[in-house]
Amino acid sequence: MTSVSTRDLVSQPYKYGFVTDIETEKIAKGLSEDVVRLISSKKEEPQFLLDFRLRAYKHWLTLEEPDWAALGYSAIDYQDIIYYAAPRQQEKKASLDEVDPKLLETFDKLGIPLSEQKRLSNVAVDAVFDSVSIATTYREKLAEHGVIFCSISEAVKEYPELVERYIGTVVPSNDNYFAALNSAVFSDGSFVFIPKGVECPMELSTYFRINSGDTGQFERTLIVAEEGASVSYLEGCTAPMFDTNQLHAAVVELVALDDASIKYSTVQNWYAGDENGVGGIYNFVTKRGQCRGARSRISWTQVETGSAITWKYPSCVLQGADSVGEFYSVALTNNCQQADTGTKMIHLGARTRSTIVSKGISAGRSSNSYRGLVQIAPGAKGARNYSQCDSMLIGDEAAANTYPYIRSQQPQAAIEHEASTCRISEDQLFYLQSRGIGFEEAVSMMVSGFCRDVFNQLPMEFAAEADKLLALKLEGSVG
Amino acid sequence: MIRPDAELLLDINDLHASVEAQPILNGVNLQVRAGEIHAVMGRNGSGKSTLSKVLAGHPAYRVTGGSVRYRGSDLLELEPEERSRLGVFLGFQYPVEIPGVSNLEFLRVSSNARRQQQGLEELDTFDFDDHVRERLSVVQMDPAFLERSVNEGFSGGEKKRNEILQMALLNPVVSILDETDSGLDIDALRIVAGGVNQLATPENATLLITHYQRLLDEITPDYVHVMAAGRILRTGGRELALELEKTGYDWVDEEVASTGQGVA
Repeated sequence: MTSVSTRDLVSQPYKYGFVTDIETEKIAKGLSEDVVRLISSKKEEPQFLLDFRLRAYKHWLTLEEPDWAALGYSAIDYQDIIYYAAPRQQEKKASLDEVDPKLLETFDKLGIPLSEQKRLSNVAVDAVFDSVSIATTYREKLAEHGVIFCSISEAVKEYPELVERYIGTVVPSNDNYFAALNSAVFSDGSFVFIPKGVECPMELSTYFRINSGDTGQFERTLIVAEEGASVSYLEGCTAPMFDTNQLHAAVVELVALDDASIKYSTVQNWYAGDENGVGGIYNFVTKRGQCRGARSRISWTQVETGSAITWKYPSCVLQGADSVGEFYSVALTNNCQQADTGTKMIHLGARTRSTIVSKGISAGRSSNSYRGLVQIAPGAKGARNYSQCDSMLIGDEAAANTYPYIRSQQPQAAIEHEASTCRISEDQLFYLQSRGIGFEEAVSMMVSGFCRDVFNQLPMEFAAEADKLLALKLEGSVG
Repeated sequence: MIRPDAELLLDINDLHASVEAQPILNGVNLQVRAGEIHAVMGRNGSGKSTLSKVLAGHPAYRVTGGSVRYRGSDLLELEPEERSRLGVFLGFQYPVEIPGVSNLEFLRVSSNARRQQQGLEELDTFDFDDHVRERLSVVQMDPAFLERSVNEGFSGGEKKRNEILQMALLNPVVSILDETDSGLDIDALRIVAGGVNQLATPENATLLITHYQRLLDEITPDYVHVMAAGRILRTGGRELALELEKTGYDWVDEEVASTGQGVA
């Protein structure tokens, strides 16, 4: 990358901040049992799902919002949020050509072309706009392989028995405050089912777009890989710039049966608020994968660069013997952003293995915490974990914290933990500059060097994007 | 090689500079022409390393007076990266480690920045790989160092070789080598000095900043300058270095004291 293109790149602070002017159907603000019933009836859901929602809602009412994270924000008024907003169009269209051109244009602008001619050749995309999925590409081609990839709303209608069998089995509706809220009001998200022995022939991807200013987004994603199946899935997220905060409380559940493998990557670039911390997304997400079968593998890779608040711990329950869990994370905070993120690796099965590589970068006045749990149950004989948590500080007003929790009830388990903190020094920058490398490029070179172990885990098409995204996010944060 | 009609590359006039409000340079005058090798000698604290940092544009040093012209234009106006691209090279006394950044990629980006300035074609990964492997011979460096992070875990000698490799790749017009000999055993010193000698041409110039005469056994300077209290106290030929070797720096202190220029 030449210095010129870096400059061009960093000259646009947040290029996804536009709002699409489209007629939207919204329900009234506030949360009640009636609202839960209304969402369910709008989606014409079967009884089991309504019951699931109502149980979750009743449980949520008994819970208190958690306050243990190293995050500070003013209280969220749950009655001041709209729980369902959908662009006004009739049925979900059979053909993409019938989708409102404004929506197609929106995704075009986001770099996610959906129309037949322009779509990415090797990536199937589910596009979610506010509360609903508007299009899923390559459904038929995937169906030829027995792969189901559609919105969760469609899955509820077309494959209710699959949804009923798996939903809430990894993240129960009473799991935590935000998971219970999501279970009560979730509107859309993606559903992936890879049948026995099938290697999914293309990358799957969901692109989440929040458009409305007063709406919460509560998506729910469920991915099931049967025996010997494998899939790589990527989600991307953006939102317009508003001076108010929007709540995003998602739940993602992954199930891997014997010998199955799921790779789940996230590039999160929700609007982060301005440099004074006004506006931005509150991102409270519960992501968990269950390695239910022997020798199964679940790998989380996340690049978290957006949101005013990030509260997120993608986790693995390693139940099957010899199963493997991985967590690779880059979390970058700048200006007034706050992130409290990490993972949980729960070792239940024999010889289960987990790897955690976390890279936190804090710039501006931001605060960035890694919080992780490695738990080894008595039955997890021969379990092993390796954790590496590195922090990089840019400037002298940012904060980095590491909270590693280790609980082992298995004396033979091998647990390794390494942690480091570094600061980009004036001398390092001067060294690179004195070799003809411009200031911004020198910073982004050092940051991407710091993150390399994680970027190597991303699908190839997105690794370069992630690099650029970090350069963009750090604009003006040094010096 | 002294040729009075050679291009004046570096013209330093009455240069004053300070760090954290402490004056370090108190009126340096120095002219460097193409083809010349200059040695700047002096005790620790005499200002010789500061001179090199100021010429390269280190942000911690503030120029408080005087001027530096490089090939006719104002050097002090330029950002450090612009100076490098235009052919001013600083070989660091203590090259910093940059974890995570591949040495090969760093050398390529750096070299291309200079090539672009010179109107040469930028080299892609494959062409650069061939090019850098050919240049390794200048300092007899093991190609394994290309695969590592910049200077990370390099010994003192390996870091200095990496500096001269950069010099070989950047093809600078004026090279300032700050205590390149420090911390080197005699074999490493010969290799590094051999690299510098190979790279010297009638078109470029070298400024050796050194405390000891032993580097000058390997690289023969055209001029030797003795610095004290932030100024060049005396200039001579090769024999001045030998005299210093014999008499030490005590006479310098006396001369500074007698002219009222206290050592800061």
